[in-house]
Amino acid sequence: MLIARSSSPLHFDMTAVMQTVTLIPGDGIGPEISTAVMRIFEAAQVPIQWDERNVTAIQGPGGNWMIPPNTKESMDRNKIGLKGPLKTPVAAGHPSMNLLLRKTFDLYANVRPCMSIEGYKTPYTDVDLVTIRENTEGEYSGIEHVIVDGVVQSIKLITEDASERIAKYAFEYAVNNQRSSVTAVHKANIMRMSDGLFLRKCREAAENYKDIKFTEMYLDTVCLNMVQDPTQFDVLVMPNLYGDILSDLCAGLIGGLGVTPSGNIGTNGVAIFESVHGTAPDIAGADLANPTALLLSAVMMLRHMGLHAHAQRIQTACFNTIQDKRVLTKDLGGNAKCSEFTAAICERVQDLD
Amino acid sequence: MASDRTMRDNMGKKTRARTRDKEEKDGETKMAASSSVLSMSKLIKPLWGGRLGNTVKVFGPTLTSRRERSSAAGENIPLPAKYGGRHTVTLIPGDGIGPELLNHVREVFRFSCVPVDFEVVNVNSAMTSEDDINNAITAIRRNGVALKGNIETNHTMPPSVKSRNNLLRTSLDLYANVMHCQSLPGVQTRHKDIDILIVRENTEGEYSSLEHESVTGVVESLKIITRTNSLRIADYAFKLAREKGRRRVTAVHKANIMKLGDGLFLQCCREVASGYPDLQFDAMIVDNTTMQLVSNPEQFDVMVMPNLYGNVVSNVCAGLVGGPGLVPGANYGKDYAVFETATRNTGKSIAGRNIANPTAMLLASCMMLDHLKLYEYASLLRTAILTCMNETRLHTADIGGQGTTSEVVQSIMKLIQSKGQLTTDL
Repeated sequence: MLIARSSSPLHFDMTAVMQTVTLIPGDGIGPEISTAVMRIFEAAQVPIQWDERNVTAIQGPGGNWMIPPNTKESMDRNKIGLKGPLKTPVAAGHPSMNLLLRKTFDLYANVRPCMSIEGYKTPYTDVDLVTIRENTEGEYSGIEHVIVDGVVQSIKLITEDASERIAKYAFEYAVNNQRSSVTAVHKANIMRMSDGLFLRKCREAAENYKDIKFTEMYLDTVCLNMVQDPTQFDVLVMPNLYGDILSDLCAGLIGGLGVTPSGNIGTNGVAIFESVHGTAPDIAGADLANPTALLLSAVMMLRHMGLHAHAQRIQTACFNTIQDKRVLTKDLGGNAKCSEFTAAICERVQDLD
Repeated sequence: MASDRTMRDNMGKKTRARTRDKEEKDGETKMAASSSVLSMSKLIKPLWGGRLGNTVKVFGPTLTSRRERSSAAGENIPLPAKYGGRHTVTLIPGDGIGPELLNHVREVFRFSCVPVDFEVVNVNSAMTSEDDINNAITAIRRNGVALKGNIETNHTMPPSVKSRNNLLRTSLDLYANVMHCQSLPGVQTRHKDIDILIVRENTEGEYSSLEHESVTGVVESLKIITRTNSLRIADYAFKLAREKGRRRVTAVHKANIMKLGDGLFLQCCREVASGYPDLQFDAMIVDNTTMQLVSNPEQFDVMVMPNLYGNVVSNVCAGLVGGPGLVPGANYGKDYAVFETATRNTGKSIAGRNIANPTAMLLASCMMLDHLKLYEYASLLRTAILTCMNETRLHTADIGGQGTTSEVVQSIMKLIQSKGQLTTDL
């Protein structure tokens, strides 16, 4: 499948081939923000067609839960997916949908670029870092036992293969996105063997990427320095739990989950980009949702696919709209509806052409 | 033990009366301690004007040790290692900036005539044998109280060489790590009005150091959560909250993922919470907590959590109020107490350059003095330290100033000299 390349940032490339992307709108505000993203992509004339699918869990023949087979087939074919927020029903008897997707496509890396949005003021300015989190093992292996009544043991699993894979991905990402340094976050002073293994693999991967600076830092030092001066960090790579905490910490620095993009990279070239906020059932259907998170995730997806010009155009349009402050959704401090906000971005994108 | 008691009674008229008051009242002893410090602040107020009065109120009654020293019957267990009216405290210099900061502490104590003698026990982190740390532990068992710098852990050493700090905490069963993060008026930070008390379980959880490689390339690390320890730390947190007049306790967990482990912790917290109906209790998932901390830290009051999350949250909070050089921390057990800086850094990169911030270590020593019931000395030192903090030109580099460690210490000592009634009396 040819990847569309623009010869110059301002001309629409007539030789672009339409690529298909699986779209999973999700629940709650999912459908409205997905529509918003589709409209903006149309306005920007991005050579993508959408293949809308559903992910309600169904029980397979063996009794184990799985995602609908046509969705799986679509993802395997298209390789790239964009997902809205999914509801995790409390007593449904099946694991969370996000977990199912992760397991089905072996999404081993969760990437969250955190960049300060100029129009959205937070106490932290000039944040520009990326957290890469190992997504399959670590503390979230789900292996727990009650040894004796009142004593519980949770197992944190670190394997050589997974650590090697994530370390390699981190350096690749740094190279592909013009990043200068990668920092491994660990707690090897306490968890000598497990985080020690992770660290060793990161060091080995660093050997193959001599022009990327590699540093190691304790988790507590990272947290301490992150809230004082986040500009000192570039790419951070870490095991599952630390990644969970740090990626949410960084999201908080730039304004929360409503404006943070996220991508999950899997084996076999599969990549699913998603918004990480909730389904917001209280405003679902009221045209009040903020599509920024899903939009920025879609921009991340475009960069992953090599459509850098389109990505830059849409991102600029989005940031300029927010900076302009005339049309903003409620969570960004304005009064506009989702459709109005979307229309404003569409207008800007077309102006930028 | 009777002789100890008489010796203690010979402390001085003021303190003797106060000691008697404290011994008589049981639940109000803590209030008496607080009120003694507050009355001290009222004495100071006319000398310093409004500027300082607030800082003393803000920092005044820090943690007292009453709760874990009283037995069920309410009688007071005499403090250990007090001979001739002087306390002996174990001092562990540690690595990095530890030795120089603790030297400053000794200097300030000597200058202020604090009746504390230090028994210095050096722990060499480069050695693989555990003799050094065992000596230190024995010394702490003997003296009951310690002040320590952080001992470096070289994580390239094999797993059999365990973290010395962790060994100390678990051997002495110092189950509660308490840290009080407060916005200081003289320090520029992005967030204001932070006043969070963090209670962190200090002995189990992810720090159990139980790891094995069952198959090559697959390492398992065990996180242990027990009912007894969770109940113990929750109880400590609620008691502390009540004593300090706090209103809300938040348990930080990840029970949606670690359903059994953190689920047990949460359950224990809820059980303990039901026994304190005057305190509001809620729970928050750790990733949401960190997000809330960087956007809206004023919402938190008292937080209780297992070991690793405590590490993350305490470092985030320390960063929010101005950095590792400002916040003191304490580790309490049933019988022992060890005081250190809250974020436990060795500060290797700034060691020996006279630029480290002595505030955290000095404030930790004040907490130690409170624990030893030397409240007047504690408030004297604390007042001086906080006054010094408000003079911007006496900030060290980590909080944006250009002062050196010795300049800050000298100025603190000058402040002690100029107002210390105790030093002028002698």
